[in-house]
Amino acid sequence: MFESLSDKLSGILNGLTRRGALSEADVTAALREVRLALIEADVSLDVVKTFIEQVRSRAVGAEVVRSVSPGQMVVKIVHDALVETLGAEQVGINLEATPPVAILMVGLQGSGKTTTTAKLARRLTERDRRKVLMASLDTRRPAAMEQLATLGKQLSIETLPIVTGQSPVQITRRALDAARLGGFDVVLLDTAGRTTVDEALMAEVAEVKTLAKPHEVLLVADALTGQDAVNTARAFEERVGITGIVLTRVDGDGRGGAALSMRSVTGKPIKLVGMGEKMDALDDFHPSRIANRILGMGDIVSLVEKASQNIDAEKAKALAEKMRKGKFDLDDLRDQLAQIEKIGGVGGLLGMLPGVAKMKDQIASANLDQTVVKRQKAIIDSMTRMERRNPDILKASRKKRIAAGSGTKVEDINRLLKMHRQTADMMKAMGQAKRGPMAGMAQMFGLGGGMPSAEEIAKLQAQASAGGAGLPDFPGAQGLGQQGQAGKPPIGLPTGLPGMGGKGFGLPGLGGFNPFGGKKK
Amino acid sequence: MTQSNPLDQKRGLFQRLFGSDSAAAEPVAPVTEPLSWWQRLKGGLQRSSQALGQGISDLLTKKRLDAQTLQDFEDVLIRADLGITVSERIIAALKREKFDRDVEAADIEHVLVNEIKNVLDPVAKPLAIDTTKKPFVILMAGVNGAGKTTTIGKLTAKFKAEGHKILLVAGDTFRAAAIEQLQVWGARNDVEVMSRPQGADAAGLAFDAMTRARTDNFDLVMIDTAGRLQNRTELMQELEKIVRVIKKCDAEAPHASLLVLDATVGQNALSQVELFRKSAGISGLIMTKLDGTARGGILVALAQAQQIPIHFIGVGEGIDDLEPFTADDFARALTQRV
Ligand SMILES: Nc1nc2c(ncn2[C@@H]2O[C@H](COP(=O)(O)OP(=O)(O)OP(=O)(O)O)[C@@H](O)[C@H]2O)c(=O)[nH]1
Ligand SMILES: [Mg+2]
Repeated sequence: MFESLSDKLSGILNGLTRRGALSEADVTAALREVRLALIEADVSLDVVKTFIEQVRSRAVGAEVVRSVSPGQMVVKIVHDALVETLGAEQVGINLEATPPVAILMVGLQGSGKTTTTAKLARRLTERDRRKVLMASLDTRRPAAMEQLATLGKQLSIETLPIVTGQSPVQITRRALDAARLGGFDVVLLDTAGRTTVDEALMAEVAEVKTLAKPHEVLLVADALTGQDAVNTARAFEERVGITGIVLTRVDGDGRGGAALSMRSVTGKPIKLVGMGEKMDALDDFHPSRIANRILGMGDIVSLVEKASQNIDAEKAKALAEKMRKGKFDLDDLRDQLAQIEKIGGVGGLLGMLPGVAKMKDQIASANLDQTVVKRQKAIIDSMTRMERRNPDILKASRKKRIAAGSGTKVEDINRLLKMHRQTADMMKAMGQAKRGPMAGMAQMFGLGGGMPSAEEIAKLQAQASAGGAGLPDFPGAQGLGQQGQAGKPPIGLPTGLPGMGGKGFGLPGLGGFNPFGGKKK
Repeated sequence: MTQSNPLDQKRGLFQRLFGSDSAAAEPVAPVTEPLSWWQRLKGGLQRSSQALGQGISDLLTKKRLDAQTLQDFEDVLIRADLGITVSERIIAALKREKFDRDVEAADIEHVLVNEIKNVLDPVAKPLAIDTTKKPFVILMAGVNGAGKTTTIGKLTAKFKAEGHKILLVAGDTFRAAAIEQLQVWGARNDVEVMSRPQGADAAGLAFDAMTRARTDNFDLVMIDTAGRLQNRTELMQELEKIVRVIKKCDAEAPHASLLVLDATVGQNALSQVELFRKSAGISGLIMTKLDGTARGGILVALAQAQQIPIHFIGVGEGIDDLEPFTADDFARALTQRV
């Protein structure tokens, strides 16, 4: 369970000073526990090994902020890496092909292929308005074809008439013909379960694939699978070639490590998850839910969220302090740029606003041109420490040197400096205003009228975790919050997230959310 | 090991590890008998390990049991789903006996297999049909797709051959075509299947079946149930109700409540056994699908934690693909790397 992992980690990392970076030794000790947790969660050993090394390189040297314990910090790093490995963005069923689009369902015996076939047919019919034909190629298991036919009847979705004595390949041919003649958009081919060591059956499904040229080949796999997940996934990928994975029995109390194993060895996305026996129990895949489970169910979600809020709050506080003092140097700008780069536009303070945090994933998956951000970071990286602290000393000769060092032009540097100046002014105004529009802005960030205090930061956090109420004057923010909560794509999400630089006012860290967009209300 | 038996050319993990020619005495089956699961497995492993080039003999040719070698052994156990706690315990035992000593490969194999065997031995129990109980009632339970219905089909063949008069009960009234599936197995075995339409109350059907079995003198009643996840309380209550109703007819029944586990299952099996035991008083286990790549090592963890008898293993989809569970073969199979 997570508690024990977290407890163990805090025990191990207790000696670590509260501030400072995670050392190699700390990380090694912590990762030993993480390894155990992953194995207990049924992540396949080889995948655990690679994953741990990946996390190690990230964790060593990571800065531990004051408000989280080093243990929480490690958990957060592990959690984020899990989400990343599991596939941060949602990949749906691809139907972009000339109809009838064939989808082939494969998997071990009893993994849930037939039920999933019917659920998917229902989803494609009802949500995507496709005309779907289902065909069972399972000539082996008693009454398998009847099972699909019964489900088809229940759902009013057509199934290929059963003709006894035909081979899977013959049925495939018949299904494709029927789909073409009947004007179907999609034809779902449900196959018999097979062990991957059954050469004859593996060859048979490969033959079906050659014939049907399916646009999707979905490996249907049980979320309760243990170490064998890698063998199964690898074998189906190598012998048949899959385009995605459907995890079933996710409504069980399994830890779901198989998801990580299969995703890692095949590199193929987990497209859907089965959440029950009912025909509507088929959901999109949410990597963070599985990540939470793998690390231990329950409290990890809130804990990690809290940890990350703490991390953000820590930075926010530091930034607020600088705002108050009117000090916002190029190091701070770089921090903000890094945030933008990391989460694709909405970071820092704005990222803490209720609802917005929830949308980070969606924003991250929006097509964001990050080259500008990268270039600006490169410019700052080519400066000396003194230059970053006191941008005023940047005269022509220094600029030339920096341009050469970062592979940019002097104009780029001027543009960056201008942006910094504007931002710094803005920050200062926000930090000091007691009333007027700027105070509103500052309030929007939960900083009160120019006097950000620890209590206010704490209040902001509470608001953020309460996930809603009480956000003044931020156009669209509440709407966004609700949209985010409903799990639907947010309306009014800026389509072209900023390339910063250029025209207009782009507050670093605030992405394309124009804080002055009051007219939208 | 004799080179004359092609199946025995497959070298165990230890022989591969040490590249030794040590002669671990393995029983050679008479050529006339059909191949057992263990023999087939060895044959299969030979093919797959050659194909995948996964033999690790080249990695380790040293003959001293050092930390790295121990770690490699532990990895083998973890990969077989024994879980970390049990794997560590077994390796600790191995270490106690042999660490840092020059050892023969066969020696270590012996110790390791023995450690596992010692855990499994007490739970390896055949399923005995007590003929003084009439009818003897067997309830099959498990999560979805574990292999309950198929196992009933296989058990029917076995018990019928032993001369019992059997009644099958299509208690999965939920899943589409589950009734037809059991009826096919009934027809294959030429035994009667009692059923009600899909959606009917399974407990009511069980009650009817109990009455029917008494009046018509059946020796053995096997009741199939719908697959259910053990964390779904309402479904587990349904199972409890079936048991309650059976007990109303015969307080001692069901005489065996069998939980069917899929060999691919990981650590979740611990929760399955615990919760099915609570609801259905599970008296024994059957593990299916050991003909695939999964090794089912979670049984070792279960044996240690729950001391629940293990009766059979399923090794294929055919009617005869059911074998008694034996600690020795299973322990050997676990130490093979797939
Ligand atoms: N390879 C192999 N397949 C098996 C074995 N036992 C069962 N199966 C297959 O596993 C699949 C599921 O088996 P079922 O008997 O339908 O499982 P169940 O528990 O009754 O499933 P539900 O009634 O759907 O909950 C079928 O395709 C069986 O043929 C086995 O030992 N080896
Ligand atoms: Mg069944």
